[in-house]
Amino acid sequence: MTSFSTQLVNLFAAVLLLIAFAMLSQRRIVALINLFALQGLALVGSTVTVAYATGQHHLYYSAGITFALKVVVLPLILHRLIRKLNVKWDIETLINIPSMMLVGIVLVIFAFNLALPISEFSRSVSRGTLGIALACVLMSFLMMITRSKAVPQVIGFLSMENGLFFAATSATFGMPMVVELGIALDVLVGMVILGVFMFQIREQFDSLDISHLEKLKED
Amino acid sequence: MDPLLVLLATPLAGGFFLWALGERDSAPEVNCAFSFATFVAAAWITEEVVSGGPITGFQEQFFVDPLNVFLVSLTAFVAFTTSLFSRPYMRTERDKGRMTPGRLRLYHSMYQVFTFTMLLALTTNNLGILWVAMEAATLATVLLVSVYRTAASLEAAWKYFILCGVGIAQALFGTILLYFAAERVLGAEGNALLWTHLNMVKGQLEPAIMSLAFVFLLVGYGTKVGLVPLHNWLPDAHAEGPTPISAVLSGLLLNVALYSVIRCKVLADGALASRFASNMMMGFGLLSIVVAAFFLSRQRDIKRMFAYSSIEHMGFVTFAFGMGGPIANFAGLLHMTVHSLVKSAIFFAVGHAAQKAGTQVMEDIRGLLRVSPRVGWGLMIGTLAILGMPPFGVFASEFLILTTAMREHPWATPILLLALGVAFAAIFSRVQPMVFGESTLKPLPYQPALAPVFIHLGLGLLLGLYIPPYLAAWYQQAAKLLG
Repeated sequence: MTSFSTQLVNLFAAVLLLIAFAMLSQRRIVALINLFALQGLALVGSTVTVAYATGQHHLYYSAGITFALKVVVLPLILHRLIRKLNVKWDIETLINIPSMMLVGIVLVIFAFNLALPISEFSRSVSRGTLGIALACVLMSFLMMITRSKAVPQVIGFLSMENGLFFAATSATFGMPMVVELGIALDVLVGMVILGVFMFQIREQFDSLDISHLEKLKED
Repeated sequence: MDPLLVLLATPLAGGFFLWALGERDSAPEVNCAFSFATFVAAAWITEEVVSGGPITGFQEQFFVDPLNVFLVSLTAFVAFTTSLFSRPYMRTERDKGRMTPGRLRLYHSMYQVFTFTMLLALTTNNLGILWVAMEAATLATVLLVSVYRTAASLEAAWKYFILCGVGIAQALFGTILLYFAAERVLGAEGNALLWTHLNMVKGQLEPAIMSLAFVFLLVGYGTKVGLVPLHNWLPDAHAEGPTPISAVLSGLLLNVALYSVIRCKVLADGALASRFASNMMMGFGLLSIVVAAFFLSRQRDIKRMFAYSSIEHMGFVTFAFGMGGPIANFAGLLHMTVHSLVKSAIFFAVGHAAQKAGTQVMEDIRGLLRVSPRVGWGLMIGTLAILGMPPFGVFASEFLILTTAMREHPWATPILLLALGVAFAAIFSRVQPMVFGESTLKPLPYQPALAPVFIHLGLGLLLGLYIPPYLAAWYQQAAKLLG
């Protein structure tokens, strides 16, 4: 395990985190999808690096699956979806991007502190990256909370999956193959169902604004 | 032939077959036939476990032990009886125009797929596959929750999808951490996520990692159990979807999610040598019991009310497993069984009652006993059973939980009793006028399926009076396993 590959994985991790911040502040849906694809690409890069450095062959396959699913298929589905739903050039009004960035930074610090005691046990390439993975998960979570439109919420959901996947390659040498295939299948089916769902929502409400979906409350 | 293979292949094949078949008039019967075949396979497995002890299959990827064997048969049984109930129910919905042929096709196909995911989650030995199956269960049911395409049902389904999706993502992080801890002991192979292997080395797992892993796993699977404060999706999904789906969500999904939690708890307990996991479960359980009990009295929709009752009961079971020890674990397992039987029976009766009244608002359902005495009695007896009246099984398990709490955690007893009292007052005062009094209800076009209601209630009664010896033996072995 060379220090060069460690540095490379750290670089990919940093890119992942930066993209997570960029997604948090991105208002255009098209750009958001492209960022998501880019995040997938960074994930593929780090997985391949870990695979090369550790000689774990199954990681090449999992990098392949990630590439097919998160860089090609899912962004394609999303692009098709927004074209069909006619929301391609939608711009979301986000209030207070600077303060959201600050919350994001707090989340990163929190994640690093949480992951610090356990990342020492990692035998894999990079120790600090478990904290970054957790930070990515938490920031996608924040994105889902703050967005009111359906498509960005879904992208937040998918990018959470990216963070989790990164955790799997940074803490361990990736999950067993059968589990990874199962997860990929779930994500794909979930995406298709979400697509169906968005058409149903728009048909019912004439918009994809999730704030319409707040009728069911305890009275 | 391998019974495990039959058990898993039948519902999966059923899902594809019903999709390929499309909507025919015979689809409900085909659905019942597949569910019955699954039930027979489950009985076969149960028989093998009774005679030959725990079984494993497919290079240890699957296993059936005393902890999951009764859940397998329970799941297959409730899935079968619910399919019987859904025959007249769905025909009535079709005649009312709420179910189009396309929706019925989706419903029947996904019903089988959902059964498959539940059985896969129960029988798999691989904690990663367990996660995949739990997520697949959400995916199979989410389009069924929104099947009526009303504004409220779409909202319920969206909430269900997003909240459970986020929740289950936490469970995936927990699973990754668990794998991280396991890999250090078992090596980086597929075996490191097999529960039986993990159980053998649980004392060597790194405590720092395991405690964090358990927190994520509990929060993740706890979302699906409907533990407060992660319960928001549950009442909506129960109230807005078709009633057979409410019955299987309450009767099966919550059980299986809780089963995932306790499998993980066994590992965490072994690694931590402290009461950390137990205390967390007790805390979540107690909070769920209290919050759900107080929300019960504010409900107007009958299915919402019984959904909150499910949260309360799941809180009870979580609390029982949190206390631990042979008696509380025994009671927890018994409570899971009877709650699943009685609650699904209640949903069957509620489904027919709501169809008669054309509404789920409780104030508009009156005098069930006048129009159809059997639906009325089914609802009344089911309500008494779920409220913990003797001699039903719920009484037995709640009694055991309460006495254990009195002995080991006396401070919790008044809270539990208060919650039980509040729940009793809330539910009974609502159900009583619905069953008795003057009626405005109409008869149904199809003969309601009431056999499942009374079979379930009969079994709930039986478990209160007499537990068959092999079932008691499983409960005891499983309770020992849980520590």
